[in-house]
Parts: sequence; structure tokens; C-alpha cells
Amino acid sequence: MKPLIASERFVRFAAPALIGVAMIALWQALVTGLDVPKYIVPSPALVARTLVEDWPLLSASLLVTLKITLLAFLCAIVLGTAIAFLLVQSRWIELSLFPYAVLLQVTPIVAIAPLIIIWVRNTTAALTLCATIVALFPIISNTTLGLRSVNPGLVNLFRMNRATRLQMLTRLRIPSALPYFFGGLRISSGLSLIGAVVAEFVAGTGGTGAGLAYQILQSGFQLNIPRLFAALVLITLTGVVLFALMLWLSQLALGGWHESELVPEG
Amino acid sequence: MATDPALTLASAPAAAPAKTGAPAVEVLSAEKIYPNGTRALDPVSLTIHERELVTLLGPSGCGKSTLLNMIAGLLAPSDGRVRWWHHDFAALGAHGKRLAFVFQDATLMPWARVQANVRLPLDLARVPRAESDRRVAAALEPVGLANFGGHYPRELSGGMQMRASIARALVTDPDLLLMDEPFGALDEITRNKLDADLLELWRRKGLTIVFVTHSIYEAVFLSTRVAVMAARPGRVLREVAIEEPYPRGDAFRNSHRFAGYCQTLSELLAQASTSGRGEAR
Repeated sequence: MKPLIASERFVRFAAPALIGVAMIALWQALVTGLDVPKYIVPSPALVARTLVEDWPLLSASLLVTLKITLLAFLCAIVLGTAIAFLLVQSRWIELSLFPYAVLLQVTPIVAIAPLIIIWVRNTTAALTLCATIVALFPIISNTTLGLRSVNPGLVNLFRMNRATRLQMLTRLRIPSALPYFFGGLRISSGLSLIGAVVAEFVAGTGGTGAGLAYQILQSGFQLNIPRLFAALVLITLTGVVLFALMLWLSQLALGGWHESELVPEG
Repeated sequence: MATDPALTLASAPAAAPAKTGAPAVEVLSAEKIYPNGTRALDPVSLTIHERELVTLLGPSGCGKSTLLNMIAGLLAPSDGRVRWWHHDFAALGAHGKRLAFVFQDATLMPWARVQANVRLPLDLARVPRAESDRRVAAALEPVGLANFGGHYPRELSGGMQMRASIARALVTDPDLLLMDEPFGALDEITRNKLDADLLELWRRKGLTIVFVTHSIYEAVFLSTRVAVMAARPGRVLREVAIEEPYPRGDAFRNSHRFAGYCQTLSELLAQASTSGRGEAR
């Protein structure tokens, strides 16, 4: 039996938690000690209280942002995977299409979001489109890389056994691509949230269903800094939960065999 | 086949040493020159009979893998040809002849358990599940992996991964088994054990094996016949029959006869590398 302090699992959870608690305590102490006014930096306790008191308002906004994020993430997965499959079909397709995927990636979403919001009448659709554009590229590039990263020895083996194109795809290319695909998911889940928030910022106060970014904007105008912080906390938490969810999914799918998911022994 | 009777007569004495069966593979003046002009292999003629274990022995760059790939039908000779049971490669399936290949690496699918890896050739040929289950079990047993079917490849040692790879080759009941330095990446102790097990398997199943190696010891221990090859350009120098009865074991490994064969082969290889034919080109 090893001492608790040395156990990997304990350290993994306890160490970051300890840092978190210490930071919050320091923050609280500084704010009360230096008597910082709440419209500049609110204390953590006040942020927590605001989170509870404004929960009806904030939770409604959270749902709006979450809806856009998940819709965009889903669109990015479906579109990104489809595009990746298209790209690996032939060298010609890849050479002619890939530069545009890069173009999509390097164009700042803030710059084109106003256009999209003008062009697309439906706010939800417009915001989803913006967030999808942000989240799309990692899935395309990772899945493409994965579909190409097939062990050449296995390709020979499949050929020797007269595998059909479909068998090659389902039994070789797709399983080989999975670890890369999940890597893409992890990046894209965060990006779709960022995309959703950025798009909401650009869309501003328009529309009835207002997301967390709208709450942040409004709180800023009204100098309601505690609510701004509360909204910020919610966005961050959403991002963390999404990331953890992707980790869990990846562990579920690859846990048995892929190096990235192996728990270190000993 | 209507051959010239005089010719048959003339070649009869040459066929006297332990030729175990009908010709399985005939390599007829096959050579390989790549489009960029690289001579991978000078014309080679080699006959492999059924139930033989022929080793292609030579240094790297001698074209032994090229020759093996031609025998596997993976590579077409630039000139000359290869015949399998007097047929072309395309007609092999129709005559019920199967080849299997064991690669340098185990080449297992990391996402599939050992059973699923071994079952792959049967799955690709759409063999019904009940039959494939039976055949997978029958293939895992002789390589000593009967209890490891449920493991993932990464949970096995290098030697065990290689055994799984051999099981996958045997699951189709091949008439010809081609092995490209299968144990080259293993430590010597594991390699000796696998060599001994391979011999056992070869004898029990009546397999025909072409085995590529750069280890003189491995070649002498395993083979009925060794084709000694040299590099620049790749060519077969000479065929040496290892006239030692099977089963072979440690007693053979430690015998003077073993040492004698090793010396013969290493002298042949040394002569080839100093003969300078390569540098002159």
C-alpha cells in the first residue's frame, strides 16, 4: 500500500484542486484586504452569490449559447468528416480543395461574422454558421491525416487478401483514423464554444434569445461586473465540461488499444 | 507435359538430392530492373518443391526481399517469369492454391484483439462466423496462443505478436508460406525458440516455406536448402542443401556439422563481397 500522497490518482485531482482553492482564497483576501470596489473586481464570494441570484437569467442565456455550441459542433463533425473523406479520395481533389479549407481557417471569424449575420436572416442559423466555420478545420485536417496514416504493411496485407475498397475503408482506414479524429474533436469542441461566443458578441443585442456573450456585453455597459464574472465562469465551465466529455468519449472508443489512452502503470 | 525425352534423362541425376515433392514455385530467369535503371536482381532461376523449406540468405541489398515479393506475386519480374504449380499468378485461386505472407513486422491491427487479427483473412473472404471461429482456434493453438485470443496486440511481447502474425498466415491453410525476415527484430533467445517452433509447425502441417533471413545460423538450422545471395547486383550465388534429418534441435545447433555448414555459407558470402563484381559496374 502506497502512501496516499504518492498515489497518481490522488495527485492528479488533488494538486490542481489545491491550486484552485489557493488562488480563490488569495483573490478573496486581496479584494477584501485592499478594499477593491466590486465594479472593478468583485470577490469570488460575490460572484458565487450573483451566480445563484441571477441564475434564472444566466441559465436561460447558458442554454442559448449551449444550443449554438452543440449545433455548430455537430455540423462541424458531420461536414468536417465528410470533407475529409472527400479529400482522401484522390490527390486531385485534395490539391484543389485543401487551400480553401486553409482559407476558411485563417479568415478571422470576427471579420466575416457581420456579413453572415446580415445574409442569414435566422439568428440561430447565422450564429451556428459562424461557430461551425471556426470549429471545422481541426476536424478536416485531423481526419484527413488519420485516413492517410494507415500502416503500409496492413495495406499490403489487405491487398494480398483481395480486400474490396469498402472493406479497406471500414476495416482499415476508419479504425486507423479514429485516434486522429478524436484529437480533432477535442480541439473543435472548445473552438465551437469560442465561435459561438464570438458570433454572439458580433451579433450584439439583436434577437430575443440572448446568449452568455450578450449578458457579458450588457453587464459591461451597466457596470454590473459581478454578473459579467458570473457569465464568464459559466462559459469557462461549459468549455471544461465539453473537453472532459470528449476525453471520456475518446477513452471509451480507444481505451483498449491506443497509446494515448493508456493509464501509466505502477 | 511433352518434354524432350533426352532432356529429361539428362537432368535426372541432378534431381537426386532430397527433393521432397512436385515443384510448387518455379522462378525462370526472373530479373528485376527498376525504371530508374537500378538492377535489383540479376536473372534468377530457382525451383521450390512442395514440403521444402528454402531460405534466401544474403546481406541487405542482395535482392532477397525482391525475389520473395516476386514469388509472392506482389512484384512482377522485369524479364523472365515465375510459375506456381505450372500456373500463372492470376490462375492460382481458380486452382485452389493459396499463398500467405508473414512480414518483417507482426503488422497486426492495434485496435483488434488477437482473435480478430487472425480472423481477418477469413473475414475478408466472407467465411461464415461459425467456421471462422473454429479455424481461428485451430490456428492459435499450434503457435501457442490458444489462451491469448482475447488480448490486444500491445499486451503481447514481440515474439508473441510474431506468433499471432504466423497464426494469421496459417488460418487460410496456405499451400505456400512466404516469410520475410519474420524474426529479425527479436532477441536471439526468442528467435531460436520461434525457429524451433516453426520447424515443428512446418513438419506437422506439411507446409512449403520460403524464408528470407540474413542470419547464417537461422538459415542452416531451418532449411532443407539455402539459396545464398550476393549484392550489387542482387543475384543467387549458389544453392546449398542442408542434409540434416529432422527433427532438428539443440543437438544439431551445437554439432560440428552445423558449424561446418555455417562456415561454408559464410565463406560463400565473404567471397561474394570481395569478388568486386559490384564495384566494377
